[in-house]
Amino acid sequence: MWCVARLEISRLFLSPFAWIMLALVQFLLAYMFLSHIEYFAQIQGQISAIPGAPGVTEMIIAPLLSNAALVLLLIAPFITMRAFADEHRNHSLPLLISAPLSASQIVLGKYLGYLGFFLLQLALIALMPLSLLAGSAIDFYQFGVSMFGLFLLVASFLAAGIFLSSLTTQPIIAAVMTFCLLFLLWIIDFAAASAVSGQINWLAWLSLLGHFQPLLAGQINSVDLSFFALFCVVFILMTIRRLDAARLSL
Amino acid sequence: MTILLEAQNLSRYFGPNVVVQNIDLTVKRGEILGFLGPNGAGKSTTMKMLSGNLAPDKGEIHINGFDLLSQPKQAKAQLGYLPENPPLYRELTVNEYLQHCARLNLLKGQQLKSAVATVIERCGLGDVQRRLIGQLSKGYQQRTGIAQAIVHNPAVVILDEPTSGLDPLQIRQIRELIRELANEHSVILSTHILPEVEMLCDRVQIISKGQVMFADSLTALHQQRLNSSLRITLSAPPPITELQALTNVSSVEPVSANQFRILYHPEQDPTENLIASAVSKHWQLQELLREQDSLEDIFMHLIKDDAPLAEVKN
Repeated sequence: MWCVARLEISRLFLSPFAWIMLALVQFLLAYMFLSHIEYFAQIQGQISAIPGAPGVTEMIIAPLLSNAALVLLLIAPFITMRAFADEHRNHSLPLLISAPLSASQIVLGKYLGYLGFFLLQLALIALMPLSLLAGSAIDFYQFGVSMFGLFLLVASFLAAGIFLSSLTTQPIIAAVMTFCLLFLLWIIDFAAASAVSGQINWLAWLSLLGHFQPLLAGQINSVDLSFFALFCVVFILMTIRRLDAARLSL
Repeated sequence: MTILLEAQNLSRYFGPNVVVQNIDLTVKRGEILGFLGPNGAGKSTTMKMLSGNLAPDKGEIHINGFDLLSQPKQAKAQLGYLPENPPLYRELTVNEYLQHCARLNLLKGQQLKSAVATVIERCGLGDVQRRLIGQLSKGYQQRTGIAQAIVHNPAVVILDEPTSGLDPLQIRQIRELIRELANEHSVILSTHILPEVEMLCDRVQIISKGQVMFADSLTALHQQRLNSSLRITLSAPPPITELQALTNVSSVEPVSANQFRILYHPEQDPTENLIASAVSKHWQLQELLREQDSLEDIFMHLIKDDAPLAEVKN
């Protein structure tokens, strides 16, 4: 399993793709980070008089990580599209299949590989809020929980992306499908907001955003954690099934 | 000799189409089995099943005693597979790629390093080991593919058309490499190139339309010849009936005015008789050639025989 993860990470970093992704995402978020600071600096004088006014963590870090979530939603499909669609097109899947590995080891190995890549991305993103320590105190608990939430969110993106990548032999189709699915799940609670109150709001429950926002505010609900865990497990299991089925049907 | 790979009754259907039907296959240690058939005969499908990339609908596969279907990990550890398209990652260098392959096959540490070094040397990849696979020529890519299949020193190596798309020199080099492999591994080689089989293989299995037409050693295949023939050139030929009247000659076909093909039964060789007559009757013998049925003829013969039968089935 670890050897598959290692292969996947080294393949990512040997192509310029991963480096460009890391650099551009960092650039985009740095721009947003600076504009959040700018805004905070402008209104700081006015809100400092209000008791219980939001601080740096609420005003800069939370919006930054919220932006980061959206940017990662955009790039995750481009990483996960490689998982199986690319291998199919490249005819390189037999290498993994005829190695002494089970389907679950292959899928989990790839998943962990991509997760490793995004952990690095998240570490780079975390550096920006941490740089605020130079001039201000930040709420480490809220920051920690938000980063954890972002990690869970990315883990879900990857699980869905790997599954959709195993369905097709065209990487681009896999990327587009992943993007559409994730985006739909992101915005699905727009519709839910207008639903009649009192009904069980299952659309809102499906929303990735709806489960991410409490974490961003520093709130850990077991329902959110179980949602992300279920989401990942379901998609990973479906991918393993799919890989096994490919052997049976072709 | 121990049997390293044994497959029984393999069948595979794609929807209603029978692609492979009841194929039996055994390979012993140190043997090269040629798996021969025209395009679309089910060669690659069989190779995929043997390598665990495709599950058979019926039948069993044992590799070095492990059942591929119920103990896939142990069985696959004994197996090296080069598919039709070598499974290469173009962005890696040869060395990196082989290290990853060794790692996938559960080699570690010192063992891994020495395995990679050995395989690079055996496959003649020393000069290109630091180059990107994507930049290599087809011949070197093919060698890298073979290196990938043998890096973990498997008992059985399965090569699916390893020489397709190569130039004659590269083909020769790859063939030498395959012959070397047979010293330590058992090799299953699928191909539609007949001379390759004649050169390399100890045993042949010919399949057509998913069924085994012939499975035996090469010598047995050559004994399959129904007729043997001589080709003679005479400057002053007699009438054809006179040639036909000679003992042991079963029939004579004129090739040109001076050339004839003389067919006879393999056990009753008329050569001596023919030469004696030619000398005594002044036919002025210029050339006498023993025509050998090439593998190709036998192959065509076996496949043609099957044609009406298969059509009925379809």
